[in-house]
Amino acid sequence: MLSDRRPILLTNARIIDPSRNLDSIGDLLIADGLIRDSKRGIGAAGVPEGTEIVDCRDKVVAPGLIDLRAFVGEPGAEYRETLASASQAAAAGGVTTIVCQPDTNPPIDEPPVVDFVLRRARDTAIVHVHPMAALTKGLRGEEMTEIGLLKAAGAVAFTDGAKSVTNAQVIRRALTYARDFDALIVHHTEDPNLVGEGVMNEGEFAARLGLSGVPKAAEVVMLERDVRLAALAGGRYHAASITCAESLEVLRRAKEANPNITASVSINHITLNEVDVGSYRTFCKLAPPLREETDRAAMVEALTSGLVDAVVSDHDPQDVETKRLPFAEASPGAIGIETMLVAGLRLVHNGEISLMSLLKATSTRPAELLGLPGGTLRAGSVADVIVVDLDVPWVLDRAQLKSKCKNTPFDEARLQGRVVRTIVAGRTAYEYV
Amino acid sequence: MNIAQKPTFVLRQRHLLGIEGLSREEITGLLDRAEEFVELNRQIEKKQSTLRGRTQINLFFEASTRTQSSFEIAGKRLGADVMNMSVGSSSMRKGETLLDTAITLNAMHPDILVVRHHASGAVDLLARKVDCSVINAGDGAHEHPTQALLDALTIRRNKGTIEGLTITICGDILHSRVARSNIILLNTLGARVRVVAPSTLLPSGIERFGVDVFRDMREGLHNSDIVMMLRLQRERMNGSFVPSSAEYFHYFGLDERKLGYAKPDALVMHPGPMNRGVEIDSSVADGTQSLIREQVEMGVAVRMAALDALSRNLRNA
Repeated sequence: MLSDRRPILLTNARIIDPSRNLDSIGDLLIADGLIRDSKRGIGAAGVPEGTEIVDCRDKVVAPGLIDLRAFVGEPGAEYRETLASASQAAAAGGVTTIVCQPDTNPPIDEPPVVDFVLRRARDTAIVHVHPMAALTKGLRGEEMTEIGLLKAAGAVAFTDGAKSVTNAQVIRRALTYARDFDALIVHHTEDPNLVGEGVMNEGEFAARLGLSGVPKAAEVVMLERDVRLAALAGGRYHAASITCAESLEVLRRAKEANPNITASVSINHITLNEVDVGSYRTFCKLAPPLREETDRAAMVEALTSGLVDAVVSDHDPQDVETKRLPFAEASPGAIGIETMLVAGLRLVHNGEISLMSLLKATSTRPAELLGLPGGTLRAGSVADVIVVDLDVPWVLDRAQLKSKCKNTPFDEARLQGRVVRTIVAGRTAYEYV
Repeated sequence: MNIAQKPTFVLRQRHLLGIEGLSREEITGLLDRAEEFVELNRQIEKKQSTLRGRTQINLFFEASTRTQSSFEIAGKRLGADVMNMSVGSSSMRKGETLLDTAITLNAMHPDILVVRHHASGAVDLLARKVDCSVINAGDGAHEHPTQALLDALTIRRNKGTIEGLTITICGDILHSRVARSNIILLNTLGARVRVVAPSTLLPSGIERFGVDVFRDMREGLHNSDIVMMLRLQRERMNGSFVPSSAEYFHYFGLDERKLGYAKPDALVMHPGPMNRGVEIDSSVADGTQSLIREQVEMGVAVRMAALDALSRNLRNA
């Protein structure tokens, strides 16, 4: 199989490899699905016959992105997104690995469902797909799933997706049990009782719109509970999507004492704030909600410092029926897998974050957290590689997005930079022409 | 008397979706126009022809007797053909979405839609999908512009002006579109606005609305010119936001004793429908300081003014 892939030589590229903190001009040779060599001046002479030579002058070559949190509707909600359509969107956005969430129908809470997803992905997806499995049976938050068997079947972590487990005992037991399998528990930290009827960040802005607010405490309280339980249980814990400065304080203290605690932030929460809701834009209705500008800025800073480990797309396709509704009645969620890199580049162009930090949080750290290949350009690694033109300006037209649903908060946004080629295991999965 | 012939101002917008965005001049213009309709409404011959040939649909997704009938009478007095549609008898019950309803109604070429909906922002959403003018008759906890206008008209007629008055809004500020619209309007016209409520019924960030916030009726009502009471919904008075209606009445219900904290000539308002014995005592509601019945009368006049002003922006107007 591997031999049918033509070798590729990316020349004169600005090679950025966050796994080695490397940022230099050079060539990268890909053959047999692996990165063979990466250095200055490999040149056309030193490569196998038939190699495709790509001049990457003024372009960045980096590890493909690994998206730790994407909702794909397969099985059960294929009208929203299939593994195939999600993978097309991912490839166009420079994402070479999707970690799909278990809140499907049926949920991914038994080994045969893991198997189903992996087989469907193998047959239909053009990027790597790894499922997370449910943490509790039926995502009901009551009894833990077969963590050992699910992991053996290929589940890379355990989560109840967009649901929070309110029962502290359940989380404690799961963390304790998961420890024996070195399994990662990923948890959405939003206390549903404190969220109540809330639909956007609690505060003046929500009050003016007459919308019920979600207090930051809904997140902070549950995160605080979780990190204390993680310390008690000793397992590996990852906060799936934190949004506010107060959570960073909790995280800072927890991480100092416990290296097994990590956290992600969604691309939306580092590029948008509550003001983007404007006059009831349902594409900006998210759970957890967009927060204040000070929170957004704090989250970006925390990425640079490494306090927050990863950026996720929190890709959540919602069709017109669930979004063209009054704000309070609309479903939360935004697609993001295809736009997470370019949205992140806005921060890079604004000087808010370095390209190295952004790429580290979207490739190297996610790979480390889940123990996945990729996230690096080291020789011998899987050739999951992207070529990015950092400067090309364009305006996003949601009709052009590959996802089945078009609920992007970045419609008509002016963007700078785009992925020009995505290589998955040595094969070109996407090329912008 | 035919006042429709007078030169009159127009609103800048095609719709009346909220007080927010209206200028002081637009608000004053609407109130002045409404004054004329108050006089008209007291005549025997009330019929005008401003909206002759026009179709007005009152689309109410949330039950309302007084607002709907007020809009109906206002439209009819201006000569419009008025149709009432309420959710109980509409296909919204059959799963049709708000926007499907909007598109369906739009195809019938109404000129003015008067819409009430239980969700904040719903009227705004609907207004973007139709070709006619839309009047917000209350959307969730967001805005209820004609209520604020009728309150302002009532105050102005009784106090001569709004500028400089101390106006205290009491009760469920958190869920109240009436409070939001009134706070914006009264601030725009130069009143000092206060709110009084238990903390559970105050929205987060209320102190940045340009109001003084009180949690005690004695302090909040002190020196007030106007005391505006709000309705407390039944489902919010039994332990969820306040412990009981009895405790609420004890601390926040307006009775004669509490009204005594306000200025001797203070006037009492309530947008209705009232919960007697919960937020307001009958002796106050029906007392000499009460403007509650006058508010209803002003409601028709203000709605006529709003319909009249928007009609200037209609197609072929």
